[in-house]
Amino acid sequence: FCQLEDWVSLSLLDISAASQSDPNSGWEARAVEFFKDRLKEKDAHTLVPSLNDIPMHYLKPNSLVKFRCFIQDMFDPEFYMGVYETVDPATQAKTLRCGKYKDVTECGVDFNSKNTVTAERQTFYCVPIPGENPWVKEISSASRVVPSTSYVPSRQKRSYEEDDDMDDMDTQPQKQREAHAGPQSPTEHHGNGDCKRQETEAPSSQTTSASHLDLNFPLPGEKGPSCLVKVYKDWDSFKLNDMLEVYGILSVSPALSALADEKDASSSLVDPTECMETAEEQRVHCPPASLVPRLHMLYAKQLQHNNPLLPSAATSEDNSAFLASTLSEMPSVREELLAYLTHVLLGDALAAEYLILHLISNVYVRRDVLPLGKFTLNMSGCPTVASYTERLYQIIQQLVPSSHYLGMSLQNMNQMRLVPKKDYVANRLVSGALQLAKNTSLYLDETQLEQGQLDTTGVRNVTALGNLISWQKVDYDFNYHQMEFPCNINVLIASEGRSLLPSDCQIHLQTQVAPSHLEEYLSTMHMLSQASSQLNKFRIYLSVARLLDYSISDEVTKSVEDDFVDMRKDDPQSISAEDLHRMLVVARLLSLSQGQTSLSRDSWLRAKHIEALRRSRMEQHKCVNGNEP
Amino acid sequence: MSSPASTPGGRKRGRNTNPPTPSSEDPTSPPSQRRRGQDSSTGDLMPMPTSPATDVLSPAAPQDTSLLSSPRPSGGHELPLDEGSPTRTLRNGAVASESNAGQRLVIWGTDVNVGTCKEKFQRFLQRFVDPTSTEDENAGLDLNEPLYMQKLEEISVVGDPVMNVNCRHVQSFDADLYRQLICYPQEVIPTFDMAVNELFFERFPDSFLEYQIQVRPYNALKTKSMRSLNPEDIDQLITISGMVIRTSQLIPEMQEAFFQCQVCAYSTRVEVDRGRIAEPAVCRHCNTTHSLALIHNRSVFSDKQMIKIQESPEDMPAGQTPHTTIVYAHNDLVDKVQPGDRVNITGIYRAVPMRVNPRQSNVKSVYKTHIDAIHFRKTDEKRLHGLDEEAEQKLFTEDRVQTLKELAAKPDVYERLSSALAPSIYEHEDIKKGILLQLFGGTRKDFSQTGRGNFRAEVNILLCGDPGTSKSQLLQYVYNLVPRGQYTSGKGSSAVGLTAYVMKDPETRQLVLQTGALVLSDNGICCIDEFDKMSDNTRSVLHEVMEQQTLSIAKAGIICQLNARTAVLAAANPVESQWNPKKTTIENIQLPHTLLSRFDLIFLMLDPQDEAYDRRLAHHLVSLYYQTEEQMEEEFLDMAVLKDYIAYARTYINPRLSEEASQALIEAYVDMRKIGSGRGMVSAYPRQLESLIRLAEAHAKVRFSEKVETIDVEEAKRLHREALKQSATDPRTGFVDISILTTGMSATARKRKEEVAQALKKLIQAKGKTPAMKYQQLLDDLRGQSETAITKELFDEALRALADEDYLTVTGKTVRLLA
Repeated sequence: FCQLEDWVSLSLLDISAASQSDPNSGWEARAVEFFKDRLKEKDAHTLVPSLNDIPMHYLKPNSLVKFRCFIQDMFDPEFYMGVYETVDPATQAKTLRCGKYKDVTECGVDFNSKNTVTAERQTFYCVPIPGENPWVKEISSASRVVPSTSYVPSRQKRSYEEDDDMDDMDTQPQKQREAHAGPQSPTEHHGNGDCKRQETEAPSSQTTSASHLDLNFPLPGEKGPSCLVKVYKDWDSFKLNDMLEVYGILSVSPALSALADEKDASSSLVDPTECMETAEEQRVHCPPASLVPRLHMLYAKQLQHNNPLLPSAATSEDNSAFLASTLSEMPSVREELLAYLTHVLLGDALAAEYLILHLISNVYVRRDVLPLGKFTLNMSGCPTVASYTERLYQIIQQLVPSSHYLGMSLQNMNQMRLVPKKDYVANRLVSGALQLAKNTSLYLDETQLEQGQLDTTGVRNVTALGNLISWQKVDYDFNYHQMEFPCNINVLIASEGRSLLPSDCQIHLQTQVAPSHLEEYLSTMHMLSQASSQLNKFRIYLSVARLLDYSISDEVTKSVEDDFVDMRKDDPQSISAEDLHRMLVVARLLSLSQGQTSLSRDSWLRAKHIEALRRSRMEQHKCVNGNEP
Repeated sequence: MSSPASTPGGRKRGRNTNPPTPSSEDPTSPPSQRRRGQDSSTGDLMPMPTSPATDVLSPAAPQDTSLLSSPRPSGGHELPLDEGSPTRTLRNGAVASESNAGQRLVIWGTDVNVGTCKEKFQRFLQRFVDPTSTEDENAGLDLNEPLYMQKLEEISVVGDPVMNVNCRHVQSFDADLYRQLICYPQEVIPTFDMAVNELFFERFPDSFLEYQIQVRPYNALKTKSMRSLNPEDIDQLITISGMVIRTSQLIPEMQEAFFQCQVCAYSTRVEVDRGRIAEPAVCRHCNTTHSLALIHNRSVFSDKQMIKIQESPEDMPAGQTPHTTIVYAHNDLVDKVQPGDRVNITGIYRAVPMRVNPRQSNVKSVYKTHIDAIHFRKTDEKRLHGLDEEAEQKLFTEDRVQTLKELAAKPDVYERLSSALAPSIYEHEDIKKGILLQLFGGTRKDFSQTGRGNFRAEVNILLCGDPGTSKSQLLQYVYNLVPRGQYTSGKGSSAVGLTAYVMKDPETRQLVLQTGALVLSDNGICCIDEFDKMSDNTRSVLHEVMEQQTLSIAKAGIICQLNARTAVLAAANPVESQWNPKKTTIENIQLPHTLLSRFDLIFLMLDPQDEAYDRRLAHHLVSLYYQTEEQMEEEFLDMAVLKDYIAYARTYINPRLSEEASQALIEAYVDMRKIGSGRGMVSAYPRQLESLIRLAEAHAKVRFSEKVETIDVEEAKRLHREALKQSATDPRTGFVDISILTTGMSATARKRKEEVAQALKKLIQAKGKTPAMKYQQLLDDLRGQSETAITKELFDEALRALADEDYLTVTGKTVRLLA
């Protein structure tokens, strides 16, 4: 442990050592390689402090940190001095230095040096994963490393005037290392609960003080640090809306923010840098480092999911072993979950079944324009009393890693920005509520609908939702044109009657509870306690079911075909191609929910059965309620 | 300091000996940064002393400066009458002495010898001939004469001293010169300027120009997408394409400062040197220190504008956001482009280091990059003259063309392509073929001289049928396939959304015309879903678009006609939500027949309801759900190939009718007329003939054939018949009847109507005396008399027909006889 602790704080030493030595010797590449190897070691990554749970002023500048984040915007690539030479004013001695992983150069740069190498890097604007539920944050922060307590946040308050000692920053980590050289046992980490509370509060106060600076979170009311991540290689492999775990060097050099202030003071007519950017652009692309730190990426992991209870898929062997171990348990967990959800859905077991299918659905492939595997569920017949829909959301929130509740009230639809839009003045992508990471649950509450008229924004928003559901894509608004971004969002619509939005599947809730007793029932409805092991089992179950592979054998294919032909023969109106599509999705999800990785005849029959039940229920409902469309 | 005019002097001296091409050894250090270094160290020192030994050139260097791509008009303003300005002669002198000095001398840091370079370029101007030129810029020039000499002549006549030089021409003429131009634009372009001016004044010694001729190279072969720009491109000549997203206000940039002594009123001028002005500390006249003050309104400024361009959406990888780049335009390039324009910009790529704080010597280790524009070329402007050939050309590599041609040579290319179209949608072979032909389109014909205007080349298709038959999916597919596709839904679009609307620009407060889907999909395909849900008002807009291919707009004082050469792919649901086989197409979709007749092909997408079909469908669907990734990959390749194939055919293949094909078409048309004539129906109109021609041409394009042959006509006929059979079959008789589409009523129905009218007339005549009758009574009487059932509608129609004959009028519930 002690050793690992060491290398975390050592990181910058290494890097700066690399910069000091001859940049061409490959030192730097080897150092990065070294980190990567270390991070692969078991639990090593838990030792790296995370920007997600530790407020920034507790973190040492220029130390190795990790950040679980979401790429909200990509800025233009920038050219920087990869290698440069400095001249000591006193001795005239020249030193080669490495500019990688740093924002600011050392003193006395020799601009005429022949040895200067210009290199390119890319900047991503990253925010915490939108809609990440509290339990994810809690669990992942429970296993984190405690920041060095010896480090007081006074650093933040230092004014940049006295910051000439930038160059002795290299020596600081060393001091830190000495300060807590003693090993820290993991039990200690869990112990200091009040410390945690203090920390979680800190960022919120920070954001309020910085309200003039819009951090551009996709969802309203989000908080947490946002970060400018500098990427040094392979930036083409990252895509917008990717979830990443970035390991990198934190840079909060106050000198960076100084730039903005200096601007006003020195406005000379002939300096082209003055007129190059507008004030807005400046604010967005160079926000104060204390608010939006820079993170120089050493290594990043693309996340398949953000469920902290699962291994984060560092190695595939690890992962498959984990999957295999859970596979056998899946049917029993499914039973428990089904019982729980039936209870929540007022005793409707069929609806609970469909809800499970919905929760594990996932767009697994796209056939030209057709996304396969999506399963948007419209749960109609939701009681409007006692804010039932909101309670339902709270339950779902406890189960899935990230989710968002969108009440479809007239005001919301007319005023909310759902679709991200490019702001050319500030040169950034202004986020919208539909800019979500993959597998986020979007909960649309249609019971909030009221009478009134949708204005242009409202119509556009409803169209965007419709597109999202039908094609799993969002057309981002680039003013002169639109750009299509594929997405993978699970949409659940709770409504009274049939939803005005399209959906893959509609199920009408049949409550087993008399309306008069509803209030009572809801008040006694028992919610699982936050940290219960059962809840954790459910969480693992839902995430695992999504990761499984799936196949259909030739034999089953044949029998499915036969079934289809037979059904059509009896009554061609009874089943269309669209119905078959849906049944195949239901069969797939049903198999996966039971931990089966290939379709069996039984699952197919069961899928047919529950589909038939659902349809008969809809028909029934149509008869009862003739004016339903 | 970024003005190209102000930089090169310092740059040349700062540059170390570069290898001819930018290699990894000295990849990069942008020389501009060194300038900075000098700035900070040697405040107002002239940089001369620090410059290395190639002093031979240094006297010439500062003069080069003014000649660079954007020479200051100031020179012209100052000496408007003396065209052979002293600077020019001086420069010539300097250059002459250089070339005398020997061939070995090169500009510091490059391998450019001014003399040789100039000679080469002059030779190029005098000799370059491009007989195959198709560029619209060269329209009206004699292609067999030296191209650029003609342009010089043009300059002498017009007096616009700008000479655009296509870099590709330079390359084909002298590859070495081209390489120098690309690698050292800073040095070579002024040399070119010199050369061209010498040549010009030799030829036209009496002509007068406002200022020196500027050479503006464009189309550097190093054409880059913005994404591929990298540090190696710094200080090189590049051409990039993109879309203008923002232009700044005009920025006056000081070129020459005017100082006046506060004590003795002695005045002096100081030129801007690398973005800085060295304020004279001492007055030379009276020796007072710090007495000189800057007089702004006597200083010389040049225009400068910041332009932001963004990658065009076509050349972007999926899932990434577009990059932006800053471009500076100088002097007369200012305000040449507007936000929203698509442009190709040729210019010099530059990088300048950023400084955090002037008081500290820490520097943010990032360079600011921008492009100094030398030449703009709007790409959408060219579209008016036809297709953008340059852009297309670079799309296809030799290999690609070869693959495409191989594919075209296959006998079953038509089937192959149609099955590659939307593979996730099952069967509907003929519909896919129809859409394929739509993607290729016919040949555009111009009959405007004979008064008929342009003939439409685009094929319009309407899909109608049961809900859930993947119509929308087909539309989505097509929309994703074509580069200029638009997708709208009938329900959500208004007439203005389709055409254009006028709005106030929030920034400029000017009225601007915002174009709608139809205009945006000019040269592409406009997919309209839920066509039937469109309001009549909106649909009426389509009449003009679908035949004349233009859009006339008269609103808010803007009257104009826009091009909308778009093919329309529409999908409509039947009125009764399920297709009623007992009714005609018109009755099923309730669309005005004027609009329907503008569709070349109308397909019905029905559920065939037969067992074999069901089985194949089931198999197809199930396979969608378990196919492996590799199989998917293959398919993606297909889509890319298909895209290229279509783009290639649309650009290069312009089939014309062959003799046999015309004969076949005539026969086909006559046949179609004949089928109907026997039963008193007309089954074809000239519009159908035009459709046939278009379809045949499109089919020839599929085969990459320059000639429309009989097989093309055969296929066109078959497809047309297939579509007719599906949509124009009279449900009462089972015959194909085109008049269902053209008049909205089948011939049998029309006949029936007439009969009823006659019967009614007889009935009324039989009654004889009464001038007025009760409506209901008349209906009952007629019903009693007639053998067949008479519906109320039929009766109403008969009454209307008689009213048209001026035989009677209907007022409320009474029928009055006239005359």
